[in-house]
Amino acid sequence: MDRNTPPPAPPKKRLTIVDLALFSMVAALIFYAGYRVTDVLVYDWNWSRVLNFVVRFDDDTGRYVPNLLLYGLATTLRLAVWATILATIIGVTMGYWRTCDNLALRILSRGYVELIRNLPPVVFIFIFYFFISSQIFTALGVDDIDRHGPLVDNPVFSLLFGDPALFSNFLAGALVLALFEGAYITEIVRAGIQSVDKGQWEASRAIGLSPFNVLRDVILPQAVRKILPPLAGQFITLIKDSAIVSLISIQELTFLATEVASTTTKVFETWILVGMMYFVLCYSFALMFGWLERRAARSHR
Amino acid sequence: MLDQNPQPFVEIRGLCKWYGDFSALHDINLNVALGEKVVVCGPSGSGKSSLIRCINQLEAHQKGTIIVDGIEVTPDMKNKEKIRREVGMVFQSFNLFPHMTILANLTLGPMRNRGASKSEARELAMHYLNRVHIAEQADKYPAQLSGGQQQRVAIARSLCMKPKIMLFDEPTSALDPEMIAGVLDVMIELAEEGMTMVVVTHEMGFARRVADRVVFMDEGEIIEVAEPEPFFNTPQSERAKLFLSQLLGH
Repeated sequence: MDRNTPPPAPPKKRLTIVDLALFSMVAALIFYAGYRVTDVLVYDWNWSRVLNFVVRFDDDTGRYVPNLLLYGLATTLRLAVWATILATIIGVTMGYWRTCDNLALRILSRGYVELIRNLPPVVFIFIFYFFISSQIFTALGVDDIDRHGPLVDNPVFSLLFGDPALFSNFLAGALVLALFEGAYITEIVRAGIQSVDKGQWEASRAIGLSPFNVLRDVILPQAVRKILPPLAGQFITLIKDSAIVSLISIQELTFLATEVASTTTKVFETWILVGMMYFVLCYSFALMFGWLERRAARSHR
Repeated sequence: MLDQNPQPFVEIRGLCKWYGDFSALHDINLNVALGEKVVVCGPSGSGKSSLIRCINQLEAHQKGTIIVDGIEVTPDMKNKEKIRREVGMVFQSFNLFPHMTILANLTLGPMRNRGASKSEARELAMHYLNRVHIAEQADKYPAQLSGGQQQRVAIARSLCMKPKIMLFDEPTSALDPEMIAGVLDVMIELAEEGMTMVVVTHEMGFARRVADRVVFMDEGEIIEVAEPEPFFNTPQSERAKLFLSQLLGH
């Protein structure tokens, strides 16, 4: 036969009757839930009151301006970004310590991971928040930053940290979240470092690289490629977990949503809306990580 | 014998090494003079690899003395990097850095350790890639090369550090038969240029052609040290006779 004939087309994937049955069951369930909500539940749906808390019309300026829920979303986003950065620093450092030769560093990092993994997040957050904010921040003077100083009173500061009046509140939230998620990232990084072939350590040591360069130039770049999927998952978990810090009065999306829900008494609308906001936030991060992963895979031949 | 050379480049005295309770190396004494080529052979598990890995401290020894270029190498020494820059090493499984191009594999060491600029490191790298006859592959990634090419890159990567001695740990054992000659040719060229070499290998042709001495090891001890012709033709110990008959008998 002629070797240049194109290969036969692969069989097409089709939905079977079982798949269709499954889909109709799901659709029926959704339809039934909708019926319960509209016909059985006596509830006066009013979306406009809740949407007012996303953007409101400002009579003074005659324009629409962001309201509480958008402020909350912005705080959540800031919280997520800073906590991700801090948690990554903690996670990479501790993750390396988990694998290094120094016994003291191994004990320290192991202790950190086990402490956090074996406490409920809420308990940990309460203990740490009151410790950090009442002791450490006071000692460091974070509470008495000059709100009108040139370093603080500028748009860049507001963009990065939000309202200067709430700075120590925000910082506490980001720190607590980072410490909490850092433990999980530590374990992911450790697994990544340990998954790199022993020969890579030997070869990089054999050409005389310092321990720091071995890690930075050879081990971590390979480890990161391997741990990108679980790491992305953990970052998205971090965004979702940021809702927990509403318990310590950090004014992020969930905290403000609680206030909006109680002020308007429109509980369902508020939480459905907030759920959608979280979904959009997390899903866009997931898409971004997916893109990063494909890019990393392409450069790694 | 060359052992009596007044100033050996590598001096090993009373070297002992254990893995847990298992004695991997027992009372090893060996000197390697500058410019000398030593081939180490012996059955698997005889401690050949452990021996050369102790020389650049990829593995720690528990007893005995190793002196490289006048510096005593100890497991707790600071700046092992300094010794490792003098001692090049080539591994059985190449161990190229898969996330870097061939060129980047070669320039990493000189740029990080010797403070070479990018262009200096590049020039050095191309020089050694030419010497191992694969300069045209510089921009590829390791996985795009054949095993033999990868091993030649690994040799070039070591040479970029301008080592005074090269250690080879079964450099051709992981290669397909048709790839072996290319790697051995590079090693022979290196030997002819006067590089000091300690080579763990079973390539008898290479040993006959290049080696000044053959060291035969078994069960963590040096059993026999001889020049290649007498060693291969008339081995003295029973264990060496058995080993050679197994090696040539198939």
